[in-house]
Amino acid sequence: MIIITAMSLPFLSKKPIDLPPLVSVELIQISDQTNIPFAPKAKKIIEKVKEKEKKLVSEQAPPKIVKKVKPDAIPLPDEKIDKIKKIKDKKQNPEKIDNEVKQVSEFEKDELFDPSNIAALIDKSKVESAEVTDKTDKITQDQEKNIDFAGLSLSEEDALKAQIFGCWSIPLGLPYDQNLLVRIKLQLKPDGSIIRSEILDHARMNKPGQGFYKVLAESALRAIKLCQPLRVPSTGYEKWKDLQLNFDAREMLEG
Amino acid sequence: MLFRYLLLLFILLPIKSFALIEVDITRGNLSPLPIAVSPLSIDEKSKKDFVKILKKENIGSEISAVVENNLRQSGLFNPLNKDAFLQKADIANLKPRFEDWNLIKAQALITGKVTLVDEKLRVEFRLWDVLAGKEMIALAFTTVPSNWRRVGHIITDKVYERLTGEKGYFDTRIIYVAEEGPKTKRIKKLAIMDQDGFNNKFLTLGNELVLTPRFNPTNQMVTYLSYFRNLPRVYLLDIETGMQEVVGDFPGMTFAPRFSPDGKKIIMSFAKDGNSDIYTMDLENRIVERITNHPSIDTSPSYSPDGKYITFNSDRSKYQQIYVMNSNGKNVKRISFGNGLYGTPVWSPRGDLIAFTKLHKGKFYIGVMRTDGTGERLLTENFYQEAPSWSPNGRVLIFYRETKTNSKGEGFSAKLWSIDLTGYNERLVETKTDASDPSWSSLLSK
Repeated sequence: MIIITAMSLPFLSKKPIDLPPLVSVELIQISDQTNIPFAPKAKKIIEKVKEKEKKLVSEQAPPKIVKKVKPDAIPLPDEKIDKIKKIKDKKQNPEKIDNEVKQVSEFEKDELFDPSNIAALIDKSKVESAEVTDKTDKITQDQEKNIDFAGLSLSEEDALKAQIFGCWSIPLGLPYDQNLLVRIKLQLKPDGSIIRSEILDHARMNKPGQGFYKVLAESALRAIKLCQPLRVPSTGYEKWKDLQLNFDAREMLEG
Repeated sequence: MLFRYLLLLFILLPIKSFALIEVDITRGNLSPLPIAVSPLSIDEKSKKDFVKILKKENIGSEISAVVENNLRQSGLFNPLNKDAFLQKADIANLKPRFEDWNLIKAQALITGKVTLVDEKLRVEFRLWDVLAGKEMIALAFTTVPSNWRRVGHIITDKVYERLTGEKGYFDTRIIYVAEEGPKTKRIKKLAIMDQDGFNNKFLTLGNELVLTPRFNPTNQMVTYLSYFRNLPRVYLLDIETGMQEVVGDFPGMTFAPRFSPDGKKIIMSFAKDGNSDIYTMDLENRIVERITNHPSIDTSPSYSPDGKYITFNSDRSKYQQIYVMNSNGKNVKRISFGNGLYGTPVWSPRGDLIAFTKLHKGKFYIGVMRTDGTGERLLTENFYQEAPSWSPNGRVLIFYRETKTNSKGEGFSAKLWSIDLTGYNERLVETKTDASDPSWSSLLSK
C-alpha cells in the first residue's frame, strides 16, 4: 500500500513528452490496434527476444548496462530514413557499414541522407522490415500486455460471426422496438465445442411479460448448439476459452 | 499481523487475467424455422371408432396436417417432409430420439397422441426443442369429435406462441362478403369461415346488398351494413345464436360501422345535411354522439386498442389523407404526408401500427405506418386492392383484390389475400366464391 501511495505522488510522475509531428515511413507494430497477428518472421524474432530475456532472468545475470534510449521516443523522419539507408548499405557492403556505424553519430548521419532516393528506400524498407524493427521488436511490458490481452483479430471475429449468422434463425415475430439483447457466456474447448453456456440475464427469462426475451434467448442457444464446434482461432486458447456472445435482432427485425 | 502481510502480498501480486472477449451477433437468417410435425399417434381401437364417427381414416394424421398447414401458411416455419422422419409417431411421442430429428435438421418437433375417451376426442401434444433436447410445452385437450379442426388450430396457436413469443391467430374466423354473378349484377352474401378457409357458411341469403362486416373484438358479434328498400341500415348479428337486430336507419351515405375495443359502441360515418362526419352509437342506450364536425368528408374511423384515439381518413387538406384524433374528437392531427391518396386506416390490435390503402399513379397499395405517421411501408401493390383487416395478434393483414376485366367486361374476380408485416409472405385465401371486405375475428379460445 505504501508503495502504491508513493507511486501515485505527483512529483514522481513523469512529465508528458512533447512529440514533434511526424511523417512516418517506418514499419511499426500495430497489433495492439488491429489485433492482426504478427508476420511469421517478426513473430520469430519476438519469441527469440522473449526467450533471451527469459534466459537472462533465470540465470540471474548481472544487470545489463544499457545505453539510455528513450523507449517511447519516435525518431524524426530524417533519422528513420537514415536508418533504412544504413541497412540498405549494410546489405551491399557489410564491412563498410560496420565502420560507419561505429564512426558516425546519430546526428552526423544526416549528412549521408540522399533525398532523391526516398522511394527506393521506402521500397527497400518493406523487404528489410524485420531488420528495421529489430530494435523495436524488443517488446516493452506495455506491448506484451496488449498482445496477451487483445481480443480476436478482425478476421477471426468475422469468421465466428459469419458462422453464427448462418445458424441463428431469428424469430420473426419479435418486436423491433424493445430492448431484447441476449448475452450468453460460453466456455469453450480448444476445438471450439462448448463446455458450458450461460445466459447472463437468466432471471429475466422467467419474469412475467418477458416472453419475447425468452424466445430470443432460446433461439440464440439453438444457434450456438447448431453451430458448434465454433470457428475459433487455432492459437491463443487462453484468450478465447471464455467468450461472450451478444445477440441483438433489432437491426434485422426493423428491416 | 500475519493477515496484514497476506493482504499486502495479495495486493502486490501481479494478477494476470484475460479480458472477456465479446462478440456482437446482430444478424441471422430470416428463413423459416425447420420444424417436424410428427403425426399424432392413435391406438387401433380409437382409430376404428373415429372412422365411424368422423369418417376419417386417421384422425391423428388429419390433425397434424392442420397444424402443419397453419405453420407453413404463417411463413415463419418450415414443416419438414414426413418421408424423412426416422422415428415412428408412437415412439416419438414417448421419447424422441433427438439425434434422429437433428439429423434431418429439425430444430423443433411436435408429437402427440389421440384417443377417444367417453365419446370425446382427447388430444395430447408436446413441443420439443430438438437442439436442447428438452420439452418446451405439453398440453391436452378434450372436446367433441367434430371439433377436431379447432384442436389443430389451438395446438398451432400454442406452438406459435411458444416459439415466437406472441399470441397466435389460427383459432380464428374470417367474415367476408361472398360475391357471385356478373360485375354489373352481383349477388352479395355474408359468409364466415375458419382462417384457413375451411368450414365456410353463408349467413345471409343474398336478397339484400351487404357491406363491410366487422367483428366485435370481445365476442362473436358482427356489425354490418345492409340496404333495405334502398336505405342503409346497420345490423348486429350474433354468430353463435344467429340472432340479428337493426341498430338503426341512418340518412344519406353511411360507411363502415366498426366496434370500439370494449365492444360497447359502434363508430361509423354518415352524411347529415350533406356533410359526412364521424359518429359513435352506444349500443346500450342507442345514443348517437357526433365526433367530428368539419365541412370535409370524414370516413373510415377505427379506434386504437386502448380506446383513447381514433384514426380516420378525410379530405380536409384537399386530398384524402389519414388523421388521428382523441376519442372525443379533439386534437386532430394529419399523419400521412406521402404522395397519393390514403384511405381505410385500421389501427393494429398491438397498437403500434396503422394499416391503410394507398392510391398512387393508378396503383393500389396496402401499407402500414407508425401511429405518428412515420415509418411508412408499402407491403403489396396491385391493380385494385383495399380494406385491410388485422389478425388478432397484429402480425398479418387480410384484404381483397380485384382483377381487371377485359374489353368485353369479362374476367373480373375478387379474392381474399393475406400478407404478413415482412411483406414477403403474401398468400391467396381460398374461398368458394369471389370475396371482398374481410374482417378477422379475435381468438375463439382465450
